Amino acid sequence: MSDIHRTIEAVWRIESTRLITGIARVIRDVGIAEELAQEALVAALEQWPEEGIPDNPAAWLMTAAKRRAIDQLRRGRMLELKHGEIARELELEQRRLGDALDQSLDQVIDDDVLRLIFIACHPVLAVEGCIALTLRLICGLTTAEIARAFLVPEKTLGQRIFRAKRTLAEAHVRFESPRGEELRRRVETVLSVVYLIFNEGYTATSGGEWMRAALSEEALRLGRMLAQLLPAEPEIHGLLALMELQASRAAARTGPDGAPVLLLEQNRSLWDYAQIQRGMAALERAQGLGGGAGNYAMQAAIAACHARARTASETDWERIVLLYDALLQIRPSPIVALNRAVAVGMAYPAAGLDAVDALANEPGLANYHLLPTVRGDLLIKLGRFAEARKELQRALGMTQNEAEQILLRKKLQMMDEKGF
Amino acid sequence: MRFMMIVIPKGYETAAPDAVPNAEAVSKMMEYNKSLQQAGVLLALDGLLPPSAGARVSYTDGKATVTDGPFAEAKEVVGGYWIIQVRSREEAIEWAKRAPMRNNEIIEVRQIHEMTDFPEDVRKAAAGFEDLTNVTAAKA
Repeated sequence: MSDIHRTIEAVWRIESTRLITGIARVIRDVGIAEELAQEALVAALEQWPEEGIPDNPAAWLMTAAKRRAIDQLRRGRMLELKHGEIARELELEQRRLGDALDQSLDQVIDDDVLRLIFIACHPVLAVEGCIALTLRLICGLTTAEIARAFLVPEKTLGQRIFRAKRTLAEAHVRFESPRGEELRRRVETVLSVVYLIFNEGYTATSGGEWMRAALSEEALRLGRMLAQLLPAEPEIHGLLALMELQASRAAARTGPDGAPVLLLEQNRSLWDYAQIQRGMAALERAQGLGGGAGNYAMQAAIAACHARARTASETDWERIVLLYDALLQIRPSPIVALNRAVAVGMAYPAAGLDAVDALANEPGLANYHLLPTVRGDLLIKLGRFAEARKELQRALGMTQNEAEQILLRKKLQMMDEKGF
Repeated sequence: MRFMMIVIPKGYETAAPDAVPNAEAVSKMMEYNKSLQQAGVLLALDGLLPPSAGARVSYTDGKATVTDGPFAEAKEVVGGYWIIQVRSREEAIEWAKRAPMRNNEIIEVRQIHEMTDFPEDVRKAAAGFEDLTNVTAAKA
């Protein structure tokens, strides 16, 4: 790729969201708005290499997109005229919008970006559609990049985006920000989409696929954007805190051999302390806004306990148990209960074992290898090695994950070496 | 990837210790800062007092010598910085091009080393020892 193409790509990345939101506001169709913005990009790709990059590339793109938007409006009006009543209404509206067009496209109000995020994460869409549209419309990723990140063929991803846009158009989704109760519900959806994007990148960083790691960065960027756009929503700061704190450990999560390194075994000097600080600040913000008991804020508070401990043994397990208790109140789940049992076991192994045994008949954990793994670890702590060995072997038979198998075999081998 | 954008303001090398930028310049800069923040790329930013309010500590044969500012030989000095997280060097440069700088001022764009850039032997040397009693479910 030539220098000029890389520069155009960079301009696109910075400007695409503003372009799309500006056009969508007047055209009222996100799909068409995106196509018009793309057309402006194509024009830039054709003209800039010959004519040089304009002094103000953002304004150039906006003008190019604006021209196309006006054409589209005119064409649209010509068609609508056939429909009498509707046409007159539309015409009036378009005249009004036409006057406002120049202004509205030049200065994009922050709220437009927010509306675009809400549309991309609209409840009429399937989750995959929300994710793809968010990455495409808000993050400015190409279809090929998103496909690569999610390890699906580009054609599949293209269809996914196409279907999502069609669904939005068919549902006549309005280009406006929700209010009140609806806003709260939609924020929740938006946050879950952002967190899914984060985890998609975060859980797969070992593969060396930079695009997947980049997904976590995109999710963080989205979180920071949202925190700017809706500064009074505590859960946004909670999620941002959680993502910053988790991402701060990225460099310590894999060993030199590429094998995963568990939190308590991580080399804490590899943690990113500037990022931890940002996470802590976001958590404080969430708590200051009265959102300390929110789902993400609570998880962030647990992550913060780990971040505060300079060594694994300094971890405040009692506080973590309390936080898990609170989390179980608002989001009961067997996985959270198991994590709580682990935390209990760190402070009091016998009580931890009781807590794990209480989950033995939980259907959600029936085939979950971490249940016997945790049980095995606690039995080791209690010196019940024969039982521990049985549990670890049981766990080994339950997981297909190679990295997990390696960890379990290592544990068993260490028991052999120590003569347990 | 993270970049530091370093501001090198003209004349700052000789500015008085209590020099402050004027309100108009600051408000323009705030607009720019806000755009970085709204794009979600801003990680940190700060402005620095002039070198006349600072000091240099230099080292010779293991001995530290302190020189108070201003520094007679300095032609370019740092006035402040942003740290941004973007996807490419070009994107960082594109952001730098949008900063409201005055005549003859410079922004230096520099990529920040990531922990993962370190060679394997360094990371290996830093790795902690394994502890049999560590519990698996408390996962990263």
